[in-house]
Amino acid sequence: MSSIAQKTGGMAKEAEPGDDKPFQFHVFETEHDEEEHGHDTGTMLGFWIYLMSDCLIFGILFAVHAVLGQNYAAGPSPADLFEIEMILVSTFMLLFSSITYGFAVLAMQKDDRKGLVRWLIVTGIFGLAFLGLEIYEFSHLWHLGATPMASAFLSSFYFLVGTHGLHVTAGCIWLVVLLTQVGMHGLTHENRRRIMCLSLFWHFLDLIWIGVFSFVYLTGVLL
Amino acid sequence: MSAHDNEAHGSYKSYLIGFGLSVILTLIPFGLVIGEFEVGLPWAVGIIFGLGAIQILVHVHYFLHVTFRAENGWQFMSLVFTATLLVIVLAGSIWVMFHLNENMMPSHDQIERVRNLP
Repeated sequence: MSSIAQKTGGMAKEAEPGDDKPFQFHVFETEHDEEEHGHDTGTMLGFWIYLMSDCLIFGILFAVHAVLGQNYAAGPSPADLFEIEMILVSTFMLLFSSITYGFAVLAMQKDDRKGLVRWLIVTGIFGLAFLGLEIYEFSHLWHLGATPMASAFLSSFYFLVGTHGLHVTAGCIWLVVLLTQVGMHGLTHENRRRIMCLSLFWHFLDLIWIGVFSFVYLTGVLL
Repeated sequence: MSAHDNEAHGSYKSYLIGFGLSVILTLIPFGLVIGEFEVGLPWAVGIIFGLGAIQILVHVHYFLHVTFRAENGWQFMSLVFTATLLVIVLAGSIWVMFHLNENMMPSHDQIERVRNLP
């Protein structure tokens, strides 16, 4: 009993912020940690492991598409539906956004806040262009009657490509939040860490898209 | 510190090399399909998958900056672990799902073939 009281007492003490310090809702490193590692503590590795788990989700969706991808149920096949030229354009939108994000990170390393914001905005525009093309494609397919309900192929197609699209949407929202954070607080240590996390996320989505266009679109049209 | 950072997060040169390689590795498979080159289906699929795999490695090296040393090797370790799981899941699913009928009742042809054995 007394130990519980002590514990809760201790926790309450920890939870209560000092008078001079605002309450911290996020991980923050002490100077000691930074010196020891010359790097972030656990956040980057933790985020990387999240990305690997996300990779498994996409792997399972790819496996589903490999199994169901040719069950057209007398409906349309990839060769009837996909416009490869448009997929090429959206592939390049993601590729451009990847390199502009790389330039943003390089600007951050040079403490060039204006350059960072400019490159992040360019990245966001390319991301939105990719999303716009995807929404156009989906609505076009829907008008042709190629809905997820039409065949197992289309169910797994919408699920796989849609999940990737949702990730890009989340990345775009995160980008806007980060721009606001950088605008409010500048290039603080926490903001730098967030920018590096989003960098991993953004490049990872481009990597997943390589699998999508190779497997779903190009191979789908050929088979 | 800055030298370490540059190494860990790339430079203009490394990003541009990665971008250039990605452009080439994207254009070849798309050109193959759009140009409708007659290389035969197995070759076309092989080229698309092979170049896709190379491009994934290019992204991992030039954009994600995965190294053997980063995070005391745990970054690379978790990547290898995930890749192993993916190979098991993908190869296993495809193998199982395309051999579902292996042990089903033999077809009429097969019964006849066995009957006509000398």
